[in-house]
Amino acid sequence: MFIIKCPYCGNRDHSEFSYGGEAHIVRPKQPTELTDDQWAEYLFMRKNIKGLQYERWNHAHGCRRWFNMARDTSNDKIHSVYKMGEKPAK
Amino acid sequence: MSNKFRLSTGGQISRTERISFKFNGKTFFGFKGDTLASALLANGVHLVGRSFKYHRPRGIFSSGAEETNALVQVIKDKGKTDPNLRATQIEIFEGFNAESQNCWPTVNFDVGAINNLFSPIIPAGFYYKTFMWPANLWEKYEHFIRKAAGLGKSPTENDPDIYDHKYYHCDVLIVGTGPAGLSAATVAVKAGKKVLLVDERSHSGGNLSFADEELTKINELKPLEWIKKTCSELQNNKNIKILNRTSVAAYHNYNYLIMMQNLSDHLSEKEKKGKIRQRLWKVRAKKVILATGSIERPMVFDCNDRPGIMLSSAVRQYINYYGVKCGNNVVIFTNNDDAYETAISLHNKGVKIEAIVDIRSRSDGDLPKKCNELGIKILWKNTIVYTEGYKKINKVHVMELSNDNSSTIRNKLKINCDLLCVSGGYTPAIHLFTQSGGRLIFNEEKYYFHPKSASLSQISVGSCNGTFSLKKIIEETQTKTNEFLNLTHNNQYNITESKSGNFENIWLLPSDKISGKTKPFVDYQNDTTANDIKLALREGYKSIEHVKRYTTTGMATDQGKIGNMHALGIVSEITNTKMSELGTTTFRPPYTPLTFGAIVGRNVKQFFDIVRKTPIHTWHEKHGAKFEDVGQWKRAWYYPNKNESMYEAVQRESKAARNDAGILDASTLGKIDIQGSDTSEFLNRVYTNAWSKLAIGKCRYGLMLNDDGMVYDDGVTTRLGDNHYIMTTTTGGAASVMNKLEDFLQTEWPELNVYLTSVTDHFATVSVCGPHSKKILEKVVKNVDFSDQNFSHMSFKEGVIDNIKCRVMRISFTGELSYEINIQSNYGQATWEKCMEAGKEFGITPYGTEAMHLLRAEKGFIIAGQETDGTITPVDLQMDWIISKKKYDFIGKRSLYRSDTMRENRKQLVGLLTSDPKEILEEGAQIVEEVKSKPPMDMLGHVTSSYYSPNLNKSIALAVVKNGKKLKGKKLFVPMPNKIIEVTVSDTVFLDKEGVRLNA
Repeated sequence: MFIIKCPYCGNRDHSEFSYGGEAHIVRPKQPTELTDDQWAEYLFMRKNIKGLQYERWNHAHGCRRWFNMARDTSNDKIHSVYKMGEKPAK
Repeated sequence: MSNKFRLSTGGQISRTERISFKFNGKTFFGFKGDTLASALLANGVHLVGRSFKYHRPRGIFSSGAEETNALVQVIKDKGKTDPNLRATQIEIFEGFNAESQNCWPTVNFDVGAINNLFSPIIPAGFYYKTFMWPANLWEKYEHFIRKAAGLGKSPTENDPDIYDHKYYHCDVLIVGTGPAGLSAATVAVKAGKKVLLVDERSHSGGNLSFADEELTKINELKPLEWIKKTCSELQNNKNIKILNRTSVAAYHNYNYLIMMQNLSDHLSEKEKKGKIRQRLWKVRAKKVILATGSIERPMVFDCNDRPGIMLSSAVRQYINYYGVKCGNNVVIFTNNDDAYETAISLHNKGVKIEAIVDIRSRSDGDLPKKCNELGIKILWKNTIVYTEGYKKINKVHVMELSNDNSSTIRNKLKINCDLLCVSGGYTPAIHLFTQSGGRLIFNEEKYYFHPKSASLSQISVGSCNGTFSLKKIIEETQTKTNEFLNLTHNNQYNITESKSGNFENIWLLPSDKISGKTKPFVDYQNDTTANDIKLALREGYKSIEHVKRYTTTGMATDQGKIGNMHALGIVSEITNTKMSELGTTTFRPPYTPLTFGAIVGRNVKQFFDIVRKTPIHTWHEKHGAKFEDVGQWKRAWYYPNKNESMYEAVQRESKAARNDAGILDASTLGKIDIQGSDTSEFLNRVYTNAWSKLAIGKCRYGLMLNDDGMVYDDGVTTRLGDNHYIMTTTTGGAASVMNKLEDFLQTEWPELNVYLTSVTDHFATVSVCGPHSKKILEKVVKNVDFSDQNFSHMSFKEGVIDNIKCRVMRISFTGELSYEINIQSNYGQATWEKCMEAGKEFGITPYGTEAMHLLRAEKGFIIAGQETDGTITPVDLQMDWIISKKKYDFIGKRSLYRSDTMRENRKQLVGLLTSDPKEILEEGAQIVEEVKSKPPMDMLGHVTSSYYSPNLNKSIALAVVKNGKKLKGKKLFVPMPNKIIEVTVSDTVFLDKEGVRLNA
């Protein structure tokens, strides 16, 4: 049961948030130029990393804003949270 | 047999409070403070149950949570019962009543014992090998397996007790009130930290609470005196909360722990009335100190499971804490010095020690020396090879060990006894530590795993950390606690204790018999012997995880607290693998079983889930509406008149809506207020059709797809102003559409100037339809010109009802002339009542969701979630007209051109008419082209909606069928369990194909 630091609200209990899958996937600007395979890559293919993973989270029972998180899936340590549109800290 | 085994004085029980209780129908007495186990032992009762598989007689084995044998069924009043409770942890009260489990007719004479005869053919693993063939008799096997499985009986009544949840935050959580826990707490409170100190027992002190008073002293005080003094000093500090009877069930990430507090199980029926039974604490601690102690191990030898064989520390606890001697002629079997303390306590209280059998050759500790002085016989370098006494031990067979401990030598010595204490060493209780992600290391000399590195903000102190000497425990605890909390607070402790000798270990003791003829038990609860483990290894199971599951060792309610180390040790010896390489199986929460009640807390009955009601709910209720659940909403389903069946009511409502006027509460549909300069661009992106040219004051139906091209939601959106729209969604989709739109705005299109506000609850929606609907609205809503020239279909006007502003949309889901009034929720019911009053002369009829479904089906309108299931595209629905050809992109557009969505044989929406118009199809029924005598048949699709239409006097249905577009007029079949129904594929619009009723 994590404690997640919402970039807008501060530290909150895990149960206030909902998970949003892999981060940094940009919806293609010209979908009609893509082949079926390339479009399927965007639609369906996601990474599943043991280790540092970049993910989206939503503060569903709070400010309802989306943000990003760098989390180590092997031990659930949260490395950082950062706002939508920002790059992960290195 | 009345407390024959209770000492005349001493013990911490309250000798002035006598308690009478029942066990297996017989009445006994004990004292307040007794557990069921201590009270039974005081009365000379050892046999309390029968083992799971072989139904061997079993007796009380321990004095704590690690108990494997004494699981009882507690009988409460009014037919309620609790199964599988450990007698060693139940506190008795006046009128307490319990029974043995897994035996019939009685624990003394159990028919199930016949299993013992079959033991050679029911070793571990037989579950996997038997009952496989013939496969079609599986249902018969299941009947017998169910009867044989499990231990206790489930209650058949609802649980009437009250359970609570509590959230708690603290600086320091200390688990355990033994000497380690108490000294850690003393340091923490002096530094002003907010401390929570918990212990699963009813009293504090841990194993120190039953240490021999003469042998152990702290600051000149006897153990119990020191414990009492320390606890009372702690209680006086306002920064600490001490909870007894509170067991930590789980240790999760980020120092989140769940613990269960027993509040009233130890009280009599009268005293516990109205009290909360159990409270689940959900604790977030900045720092955690684990002081969970250690658990004694048994010895593994032939027939080591008889009643009257007990852990030595348990026997010590019974005599020193409860004043109960568990026998009169005792043999002690050990590999360490700790058991000698039990011998001394027993001897000093008048119990005869027949002999101490020690596998070691000698010990240089203080305690064996003391026993020598007391004249107690010690048999060094000996082992027990067998025990006698089916229902109660009466003899042990002892033999000398060879030099290398691999075999037994010379002659057998038989010793009479009525109690055998076993002591195989202590295992640190690292369950919570490993749950929290801590890593263990194996100590080669002491033969146990203990903490190596923690992964959270936590330390382990005391014997759970592998520290056993009292002096060292207190030193280590003070040092580590100070360091952990950044303090320098040291107290002076003056400890008197005995010096401990060496430790020797043999996992599976040698025998003079061949191993196949012995039964050395490793897991008492699941009846697993060392031979089962050897069998698993012979059959090729090498990993400890496989051995565990194949033999079920460690899989019972005790999770292997007693037996896991021996199982591991035997595997290690036979496979010649180091213990450290084998590792341990994963300890999982809960540490001891939890009740469902504690887990659920107060969220029962009306608190199980939220119920959402519309502002008009009480009117529906008062007028006899039956409700259906749509998500968390209660929606009026139908309004039966006196004696009407549902079918009759729905037929009547549907007819009235088309002939006179119908009124429907549509308040539950999602409503999203959309504002901002980029709103029409936004709508273009999220809907399939075009929105830029929608004029102010006009409404448009929109279809929403996911990016995979599948229909996701639909609704009518109205343009209220230049940059102001109000969108409706389905009832069930309201929240997820809102979330999805927000997701896109925040993460994909942050450049769009669009603001969304959920207003579902803010407006009530009253929908009036039918030929007279216009006249009814004219009577109710003022400041609106309802003439067709002014107020056309799919447009919106602002009006007033009694000075209250409202919005009226002329939209129709039934295909009738229809208007929807949107008004601030508080005026919803009044608006409904006004419409009812105004419509009385026209025969206005309230209709519910069932009639609503029927009416729209007559018109071939889809319902998202009924005709669609996440695999249906708008093309499949024959709704090509709603897909904009001009727009460059919208969510889902690209996927409409994937090879799979363009596939020929996709399921497409069609209508179905039954050959017998009175025959109504079942929703979900499969459709085939060719009927065979039995399955399998090629399924072409299924029925999505089906009704008997009173307006057409025949049954109608919608379905999705492969290649449906090309099948108009074709005869297909719907096979049901007892008949085949013939249908013809038709158009999806059954009534008013031209749509003239919209402009009645």
